[in-house]
Amino acid sequence: MSSISNSSHFRGRIAKAAISSVAALVLGACDPSELGPDETTKAVSLTLASLPPLPSDPTNRVAGEPRAAAFGASLFFDPALSINGEVSCGTCHKIDRQFQDDLPRGHAIGITDRRTMPLAGIAYNSWQFWDGRRDSLWAQAITPLEDIREHGGNRLFYVRLIAERYRERYEGIFGPLPDLTGLPEHAGPLGTLAEKAAWRAIPAGQQEAINTAFANIGKAIAAFERTLLPSETRFDRHVSALAAGEDPAGDAVFSALESEGLKLFIGSAGCIDCHNGPLLTDGQFHNTGVPADLANPGDRGRAGAVRQVISDPFNCLGPYSDGSQADCEELEFMVPAGEALERAFKTPSLRGVADRAPFMHAGQILTLEDAVDHYRNAPDAPSGQSELRPLDLTDRGRAALIAFLKTLGP
Amino acid sequence: MKHSLGRYAVLAAIVVVVVAGWLVMAGRHTPPDGADLMRSKSSAGGAYVVSVEPEAEPVEQGPLHTWLASVKLPDGTPVVNARIGVDGGMPAHGHGLPTAPKASHAGDGVYRIEGVRFNMGGLWELRLSIDGPAGEDEVVFNIEL
Repeated sequence: MSSISNSSHFRGRIAKAAISSVAALVLGACDPSELGPDETTKAVSLTLASLPPLPSDPTNRVAGEPRAAAFGASLFFDPALSINGEVSCGTCHKIDRQFQDDLPRGHAIGITDRRTMPLAGIAYNSWQFWDGRRDSLWAQAITPLEDIREHGGNRLFYVRLIAERYRERYEGIFGPLPDLTGLPEHAGPLGTLAEKAAWRAIPAGQQEAINTAFANIGKAIAAFERTLLPSETRFDRHVSALAAGEDPAGDAVFSALESEGLKLFIGSAGCIDCHNGPLLTDGQFHNTGVPADLANPGDRGRAGAVRQVISDPFNCLGPYSDGSQADCEELEFMVPAGEALERAFKTPSLRGVADRAPFMHAGQILTLEDAVDHYRNAPDAPSGQSELRPLDLTDRGRAALIAFLKTLGP
Repeated sequence: MKHSLGRYAVLAAIVVVVVAGWLVMAGRHTPPDGADLMRSKSSAGGAYVVSVEPEAEPVEQGPLHTWLASVKLPDGTPVVNARIGVDGGMPAHGHGLPTAPKASHAGDGVYRIEGVRFNMGGLWELRLSIDGPAGEDEVVFNIEL
């Protein structure tokens, strides 16, 4: 009796030990806060430690010149660079708000079509604007200057302004400004009918000289914008500690929910597919079925931008670029047409995202919760084909993703 | 005794679940649907034998890069005057390539495919259409990032 009892007791202990070790294995394998080696590699690829050196911009010969960057900073924040003297680049790209404005669409002289983009790390992008209608930072920087809803000025107006206000600094960097004697106050190829007529009356050689000076304004602003780099986040500190084999300390400690969110982000939720690399963007264009903006329902994104970048006289292949044809690979290998471009918009960086509502290219989605739900539901695109598939995400998973996104800030 | 057997059955079931879980997790990194990762193969109709390799290893996610494609007839003769079209994408994601790569003959039946970009991790297809002396044919390479 005793031996039977002992034997039974022994088997019970073995079974208990086996069950508990299997349970430990199960829990260990699925421990929501543990990253496997492959996951750690993926997480590290998203950190600032993986950020390569800033790529050179051969199309802008002053891109790396501190003097040009300082001049560009003055221009960036100077509201004199607008037809009403009230709008600078910094009006929408607010220095204390990640260089964006918290509005669905930018408000300058008028209201723009799209959400103001933050600028940290912008010089890493091959394509500028939500639709990539410009292929360099300097070509981007001069575009709003001539947009009637933004700075509202015209080409000759800006070059005159530089001559009157910044001649010495400009000429110290770029050489002599063109002689504007006898030219009208206002003229430009994109302005009012009168400005266009005045522009046409200017001899081609002088037009080119004005264009060169106008491009140089952009090159100085771009030199400044190249200095706007992303800052370290809680996420960077957390993953850097893990990668070093250390326990994260202080604010680098993640809650269980945040860790689960990180695992989902780089795993089954597939966020990392597009939000990859240390800037958490692939810099490419995707139709993700974002609802049409009621104010601009026909916005076709990349599909409407390809022709613009090809015909832009300030593009990489144009006469105002300082590079050679070999520097224009992005333009050369650009997808020129096709359904994939329809309502495709550039993947935004997610650094600082939680402090930057509303979301998407025209602020159509108001909260982080709604943004995650958008990916969970994957609605059909207004036109074209959304790349999203509905996401099988539990409520806990949704909360985890949101918690993780909040770690992508200071 | 019956009670113990029940316990063992539960234990066995847990082990099966755990092992199955491990297998699923371990299998995550193999291409889905048994996609082959061969870099040398016959074209679909057998007209050509094509080998591809990136100009520089490893293939990085993100940057534009170049592939080299060697095109031969089945008897080993290099195909020097083919027109090569380049297409591809991620079948599992339903999207194509983010760029429009171009192929040009570099000599001796080797073609440079420039302007390739893989902008996300996963299984990509690089699809080459070949229009040469043995007619039109196509070959698809799977590339895992």
